Amino acid sequence: MARLISLVIGAGFVFVLALALFFTAKDAIQNPAPESAEHEFHLHPEDIHLSSAGFFGKFDRQQLQRGFQVYKEVCAACHSLKYVSFRDLEHIGYSEAEVKAIANQWVIEQPTVNPETGEAATRKNLPSDRFPLPFANDIAARAANNNAIPPDLSLMTKARHDGSNYVHALITGYRNQPAELIEKFPGAKTPPGLHYNPYFANLNIAMPPPLTSDGQVTYSDGTKATKDQMARDVAAFLTWTAEPNLEARHAAGFAAVIFLLIFVYLAWGAYQNVWRDIKH
Amino acid sequence: MATADDMIPPGENPAPYHEEAHDPRRRDFINIAAVSFAGVGAVAIVLPLINQMNPSADVLAQSTTEVDISKIEPGQAIVASFRKQPLFVRNLTPKEIGEADAVAVSSLRDPQTLEQRTKAGKKNWLITLGVCTHLGCVPLGAREGENRGPFGGYFCPCHGSAYDTAGRIRQGPAPKNLAVPDYNFTSDTVVTVG
Amino acid sequence: MSFPWAKHYEPKQPLMRWLDEKLPMPRLVYNAIGAGYPVPRNLNYFWNFGVLAGAALVIQIVTGVVLAMHYAANAGVAFGSVESIMRDVNAGWFLRYAHANGASMFLAVVYIHIGRGLYYGSYKAPREMVWLLGVVIFLLMMATAFMGYVLPWGQMSFWGAQVITGFFSAIPLVGETIRVWLLGGFAPDNAALNRFFSLHYLLPFVIAGVIILHIWALHIPGSNNPTGVDVKGEQDTVPFHPYYTAKDGVGVGVFFLVFALLIFFSPNLLGHPDNYIEANPLSTPAHIVPEWYFLPFYAILKSFTADFILPAKLWGVVAMFGSILLLFFLPWLDSSPVRSANYRPTYRWFLLVLLIDVLVLGYVGGAEATARNVMIGQIAAAYYFAHFLIILPLVSAAEKPRPLPNSITEAVLAKHGGTSPAQTAMAG
Repeated sequence: MARLISLVIGAGFVFVLALALFFTAKDAIQNPAPESAEHEFHLHPEDIHLSSAGFFGKFDRQQLQRGFQVYKEVCAACHSLKYVSFRDLEHIGYSEAEVKAIANQWVIEQPTVNPETGEAATRKNLPSDRFPLPFANDIAARAANNNAIPPDLSLMTKARHDGSNYVHALITGYRNQPAELIEKFPGAKTPPGLHYNPYFANLNIAMPPPLTSDGQVTYSDGTKATKDQMARDVAAFLTWTAEPNLEARHAAGFAAVIFLLIFVYLAWGAYQNVWRDIKH
Repeated sequence: MATADDMIPPGENPAPYHEEAHDPRRRDFINIAAVSFAGVGAVAIVLPLINQMNPSADVLAQSTTEVDISKIEPGQAIVASFRKQPLFVRNLTPKEIGEADAVAVSSLRDPQTLEQRTKAGKKNWLITLGVCTHLGCVPLGAREGENRGPFGGYFCPCHGSAYDTAGRIRQGPAPKNLAVPDYNFTSDTVVTVG
Repeated sequence: MSFPWAKHYEPKQPLMRWLDEKLPMPRLVYNAIGAGYPVPRNLNYFWNFGVLAGAALVIQIVTGVVLAMHYAANAGVAFGSVESIMRDVNAGWFLRYAHANGASMFLAVVYIHIGRGLYYGSYKAPREMVWLLGVVIFLLMMATAFMGYVLPWGQMSFWGAQVITGFFSAIPLVGETIRVWLLGGFAPDNAALNRFFSLHYLLPFVIAGVIILHIWALHIPGSNNPTGVDVKGEQDTVPFHPYYTAKDGVGVGVFFLVFALLIFFSPNLLGHPDNYIEANPLSTPAHIVPEWYFLPFYAILKSFTADFILPAKLWGVVAMFGSILLLFFLPWLDSSPVRSANYRPTYRWFLLVLLIDVLVLGYVGGAEATARNVMIGQIAAAYYFAHFLIILPLVSAAEKPRPLPNSITEAVLAKHGGTSPAQTAMAG
């Protein structure tokens, strides 16, 4: 009896699925999914081989400092870094005094209240502060940026697939919309106010090209600030902001793996030892 | 619990294996080594589980507080906040300084002079944590109109510890003087604590 | 319980004797996972996974309790509190990555454990209760894992909560009311986050309780083995300790090795980038997918695209829950007298197809819903139900099993080729 019920229920599910399969197939033949510009013209970022990538990855502190400079001079006017504190900059090679100076001279100040009157006020940043927000809230951010909110960058390289390479590719990927795209998909013409970028998910990004010319920032270590170099450096910096403990993680990982390999070897030996007289 | 030595493999081998002819010691060594290694690993894993309860980096970083002392008249005190603890900043009157200096240091439970508890040339600025050294209550005496206790300094209402005008313990259960945090005068009117 | 030749606990030290009289806990442990539990001598490495699942639960409870000391279950600060764990709490990144990847390790281990039960017929009499309790544990784990994934309050957390509570809205008449009741609102927000946190903290202890029942039920018939043949006598078994404790030591070591590689070198491999974006109730990610361990079930849900008497959405939800609940009936759907698929020449192939089928469902669950993928999913989902509800009952009744060995010992000795006179004597 149980088996009969089971056969009926099983046949029921299979029948409904067969029906669904039939309609899916029919629909696929009658109305084949239209090709989309996103699907055809989207590009995957190319690998920029950051020093932090891979099992033995370590940060290049010179590069992180250059990347921080790019963030500070180019990105920070619109993009927040709200999960990172000024004090964290000590991890990329700045001294305590330098961090204090960076915080103190940061253009955007920390919101606070006037201790006398209780009114909203601002004060200079301290090393213990998080990076201040460039806009008071989302509405202000939208209003100042053509109705698009500049996303926070703290976790950007973890919040996008292949994030480090993506940041570099996106910043350097602006170009004119290919003629063949407009020819094939006339409706997909980049709307006014947006910018064509094949590395962006839907190809049209609100952010104007941030890096417009070589030498936009002046590196103090003498590195030539080409657009590509600046994009690499800021990608490296944002890799660090998203995963500041990467080096500690890799180091702990090597210790753990070596320890565990020895343990597995010993445990295997103990296992063989205990079982040596038992066939199994 | 039974040890490996108690185990007689059933059926096949009538002799317990520690009586085996070939090199028994080295064979048991590997059992001990494996178990010891597991023990070391367990300890290594416990360390971060304990360490996570220590103050985190953001708590440790909140270490400095700036206090504006320009509006504190002699005889007055304010309560500021330092590391989420009350901070008493008191402008002593000459009379209060005199009272503090008149005490024989050797008679104190926690012998310290007012000079040792203030900055050179700023003897009137008594800056202490507002945390009773007995069990952590906030003593009275910093705010206007509060009971300053029998010695004119601070008085802890929880268990009756009385502090003098130098914030030193004079009476009651508290073992130590009110703690003086690290601070310096960034200007004549601003103190940076921490 | 257990076999007459099981060793008896005999405390030697006075202290242990005293303890045994007042609270015989060491005796309980001795009989459960010590020398007092006789286990078939021929278990293979697939039998390590029960202990590994237990280890994984302990890891999750320990890291979870510790993370709860720093996590804040409030929609306004939850995402930030996870980031402060990652950046500021001492060893916080390690604990958080261990907990997140620990969930994957736990589910992976449990899937292999379930697969072993399916292949070697561990669900069949006399172990039905062990299997039923196991399915209960699996359901509790799924609920716990889902609610845990909501806690970081990223985009996938939020939209996962939205979609999964949306299942309940498929129930006719009262569905929407139930959904709103589950969420404590019209969309996931503080109320939902708080109750998910509370339940996410509670359920692992319920799981631990059911695991005790699972082990208790197991100790009545004793462990199954790769031949599926019953234990006939003392020569078929070895004491759990030290034999299987030693073998489990190797398994635990390898488990931790894989776990360490994930935590330290690829901690986000099994996660989704969108969960590093804070929850935004006004914008859905382009491509919502659950965690990998739910993908096959998600594929079944997505495969029901046509209305037939019931709306397609309800079919999908019923089928998805049904795909797990049917496991409760497995012991009675399989009428074969033979447990181990090693001796079931036809059914064995269907099991292989089922394994591939579930992997295909997993792929489809995570893939874009193109017509091709949907059709593959529909075929795979149909096989899933057909396998358990049609093929298994029919094949188990029709198939002629291969001859079974007379005993576990005979099977072991046959595997090792020649037998020494002493061994045959003992086996006889």
